Amino acid sequence: MTAHNIRHANTRHADSRHGDASDGAVGGRLSRVDGPAKITGAAKYAFEQQLDGLAHAVMVEATIAAGTVRAIDTRAAETAPGVLLVLTPDTIMEIKGASDWLGNPPTQKTYSPLARTVTYSGQHIAAVVAETFEQAVAAAALVEVSYDETPAIVDLSDPKAGDGIPIDAMTKEWGDAEAAFAAAPLRICAAYNTQREYQAAMEPHGLIARWQGEELTIWEPSQWLDGMARTYAEWFGVPFENVRLVSPYIGGGFGSKALALAHSAVAAASAKMLGRPVKLVLTRPQNFTSYGGRAATRQTVTIGAGRDGKIQSIVHRGVNETAIDGMWVEPLASVTSIMYATPNFSSKQNVVRVNTVVPGAKRAPGENPSAFGIESAIDELAHELGIDPLEMRLINYAEEDPEVNKPWSTRQLREAFAAGAERFGWARRTPKPRSMRDGKQLIGWGVAAGTYPVRRAYGEAVVRILADGSVEVESSSIDMGQGTYTILAQTAAETVGVPADDVVVKLGDSRYPRAGVAGGSRLAGVMTGAVYKAATSALDQLVGLAISDPRSPFHALQANTLVVANGRITAPRGDGPDVSVAELLASVGRDRIEATGDTMPANSTAEDRYKNYTTIATSVPHTEGDYSRHSWCAHFIEVRVDEDFGTVRVSRVVSALDSGRLYNPKLAESQWKGGIIMGIGQALLEEGIVDRRHGRIVNNNLADYLVPTNADIPDIEVISVGIPDLHSSVLGGKGVGELAIVGVAPAIANAVFHATGKRVRDLPITLEKLI
Amino acid sequence: MRDFSYVRADSIEAARKAAALPGAMLLAGGTTLVDLAKCGVAQPETVVDITHLKGLDTISVDATHATLGALAKMSHVADHAGIKSHFPAVSEALWQAASAQLRNMATVGGNLMQRTRCPYFRDPSNFSACNKREPGSGCSAIGGVTRGHAVLGTSRACIAMYPGDLATALVAFDATVHLGQRVLKVDDFFLQPGDTPEREHDIRAGEMITAIEIPGSAAARRSTYLKVRDRQSYEFAAASAAVGLELETDGRTIRDLRVALGGVATKPWRARAVEEALKGKVLDEDAVRKASGLAMEGAVDHGANHYKIELAPRVVARAILKLGETA
Repeated sequence: MTAHNIRHANTRHADSRHGDASDGAVGGRLSRVDGPAKITGAAKYAFEQQLDGLAHAVMVEATIAAGTVRAIDTRAAETAPGVLLVLTPDTIMEIKGASDWLGNPPTQKTYSPLARTVTYSGQHIAAVVAETFEQAVAAAALVEVSYDETPAIVDLSDPKAGDGIPIDAMTKEWGDAEAAFAAAPLRICAAYNTQREYQAAMEPHGLIARWQGEELTIWEPSQWLDGMARTYAEWFGVPFENVRLVSPYIGGGFGSKALALAHSAVAAASAKMLGRPVKLVLTRPQNFTSYGGRAATRQTVTIGAGRDGKIQSIVHRGVNETAIDGMWVEPLASVTSIMYATPNFSSKQNVVRVNTVVPGAKRAPGENPSAFGIESAIDELAHELGIDPLEMRLINYAEEDPEVNKPWSTRQLREAFAAGAERFGWARRTPKPRSMRDGKQLIGWGVAAGTYPVRRAYGEAVVRILADGSVEVESSSIDMGQGTYTILAQTAAETVGVPADDVVVKLGDSRYPRAGVAGGSRLAGVMTGAVYKAATSALDQLVGLAISDPRSPFHALQANTLVVANGRITAPRGDGPDVSVAELLASVGRDRIEATGDTMPANSTAEDRYKNYTTIATSVPHTEGDYSRHSWCAHFIEVRVDEDFGTVRVSRVVSALDSGRLYNPKLAESQWKGGIIMGIGQALLEEGIVDRRHGRIVNNNLADYLVPTNADIPDIEVISVGIPDLHSSVLGGKGVGELAIVGVAPAIANAVFHATGKRVRDLPITLEKLI
Repeated sequence: MRDFSYVRADSIEAARKAAALPGAMLLAGGTTLVDLAKCGVAQPETVVDITHLKGLDTISVDATHATLGALAKMSHVADHAGIKSHFPAVSEALWQAASAQLRNMATVGGNLMQRTRCPYFRDPSNFSACNKREPGSGCSAIGGVTRGHAVLGTSRACIAMYPGDLATALVAFDATVHLGQRVLKVDDFFLQPGDTPEREHDIRAGEMITAIEIPGSAAARRSTYLKVRDRQSYEFAAASAAVGLELETDGRTIRDLRVALGGVATKPWRARAVEEALKGKVLDEDAVRKASGLAMEGAVDHGANHYKIELAPRVVARAILKLGETA
């Protein structure tokens, strides 16, 4: 695998582009520069690497949800054709414990990716490696496992589940919420449930691992090369620098691909044990049990309000499921505590251990279920009071962050409500449920708001100006479809002063300058800042050379500065030479200019840097300093509910969003739309269904775990109402990727209520809940 | 998936002979066979490829009947002008089935052999009890996740739903399936599970589907397939109805009515009670809604699938009324 190069695709792309040069600047609508490579198949994904001597591994999973493995009989598998290795907890090499993603040191000296104690159905307990994939599959079926089974806690509603563990760090209190509630003239209290959901990326999880001596190369789709490289290094006791992760393209992550997982350890261990490269790709059903989706959640939202609609008290209680042997906290009050002004507030949260794989991050963990609770509840309150639900939100508009009492850095939510309502035609809504219809179709209009915090971290990049005048950017950050390649090309192009087509962006290789996780919607803000700094530094060097080098055609001019634009260098008043960047470099005898830039604090040590890029311990809080920083959105959604069948179809979406300055509106709009589509899935379709006797997900495939098809998605109109927010990032952007899913499900549930008069508080809203 | 031998049959006769051998299975579009082999349900020793056999993919239609070669692709039949005009319910059933990619691969003969989507049937490594897979091993679905299971035609041995759309339309219009020597009504070709859920079709060793024949009728010409489902595409029916209607010359009295249900039964389900209740009656909404309830005679739910008993009659009624409106 050589360094990934997208320049060719970029050039071809330019031929067919309908736009102008400004598309290539920051804020321009440049199309995805990696698009042509993906469409033509030239883009090589992790599993497509062709390596000599590649062996194939498949996992053997537990078929019980709780208990212990009594024995594993591997004799038949070991003698099956082509089998190279059968791994069990007893035969796998020793792997060391690794620190977690927060950087906490390991709690155990060793790590066993193959379990002796089973805590969920589908847990990996053995693996088979063979010459071919088919041989490995056939042999895996011959592994005989016997168990001592114990009763499982299948989900939150299991009587054995109990109330769970209080998470004190989630408690938020101000004023006297209980007393204010008791005194409020109008009170509502309702319970809202969200289901277990899965990321369901098209590209499954898996990897190819190759050892060369003490050096490990991993081809694996990854949202966090340096974090995962750290885990591999610690597992196998080799220096961080010895591990190379390669992930130039990713077929969807949605939060699931940031960590090295048990199967990753098994593949790397078997490659080491065999002395051969090993490929392991999880089956689709295994993608439902080898890592966690979104935890199922339960919330109770209690609101006390005056007759004027002003909220006087919010009492919120939340529960999310976690694993028997792993902790996941889905922060359920993250929207509840900031969306509306309230003088009294109380929120507490428990987590409940059930027999599942430890849940994980799925697009807007926390904010997403939190918004379903509060944004449904406020709609219920509006209905009780006879106040328009949009008006209700404006009555309780939070002028500052009510939780930390700091001003918002920017909050264009009022503008979002106004712009969305205008485009949607909200004023034409008749308030009464069941009052709008088209034949047998009941029509409902719903509104809900969403928000996502601006998560910040530090970034690093290298920018080179090459002899041919082109610019090269390198970073070990990634592009999983959100557009990193494109916006970094735009950033470097604008900063240096060359056309975007002359910029080559190289990502997805841990040998490049380090980068933190692509998660929490932080990557664009972090990396545009780093590239801006590196590119500015490279430009300064270029101009400096042009002015001061005696061989430069500008030397005689004695100018203080020069203009670099569209790949050409001129004097500020145009009274001197006009040469290309390449000609200038040739004239001064340089084959390149190189600059590294980062946004780390100036006194950072090497250890600080390592920690910053390989853990999330150094994230900067969104309420640090004088401001509270968040993205905001308002969704206006129309549903059509068949009055006989109870089927809900979304027929219109208008969303207005504040992500601050957009580095590339076309790509931001795509991400917003993707989030809205995923929200439609969450509201109407997605649910991991557990067989309560076996504690096993039964709809563990893409035919039975329903995500929206094109036919389920209407035209979606998105409107940007953001303004540059320099408190949030170097170039003024806020988070994009996770924002738009937040609030979609309650907007749909509110629309369903408006259409039918039925309040569904338990997602997904399937037809049997409405007939 | 375990290793198997591959045989390419060079004639229908050779295919029949090869497929009659123990462990042999026919390969047409492969959309079911490959899928079931991957999840460990189908474990053929020999796969007999019939995709290249000549003359089995023809579609011929006139006013009196349609003949669909067994290897005709679902997408070709769905788009066929004659099918659209003489048998709209058949075309509509097909284009609402599966996805465009699957319809371009799958054949109509293979479609009749499509197996259930019961998750317990499809996961042998986790659920060893399945009478359909292993006679006598029990039924994991009963007492389990049953939202997609049948409410009609079930037995103590099996409650798996028949998932197809095409056969529902075929059953409504008295189509037949040609198996070589024998010609069966499609309604008889599909079997209820009873005590032998492993037997889903009346097909014998050495037989192969060569064609499907649909008699033309006024009801078939004025027909529709209404499919209600959780999502709008690439999804099995929560309940569906294939309905054909012929009115007397007065334009309001029902002369002939055909009703078959999908998504609710263990096989494509002809609802003759609905047909008989409405034949000779004036088409009106109340009468249709009342009669449609008869479609659920004998229905038994298993908890989460109870909604089908409510839903299916509404689907039948809507389909009949929709045809009435198109007079």
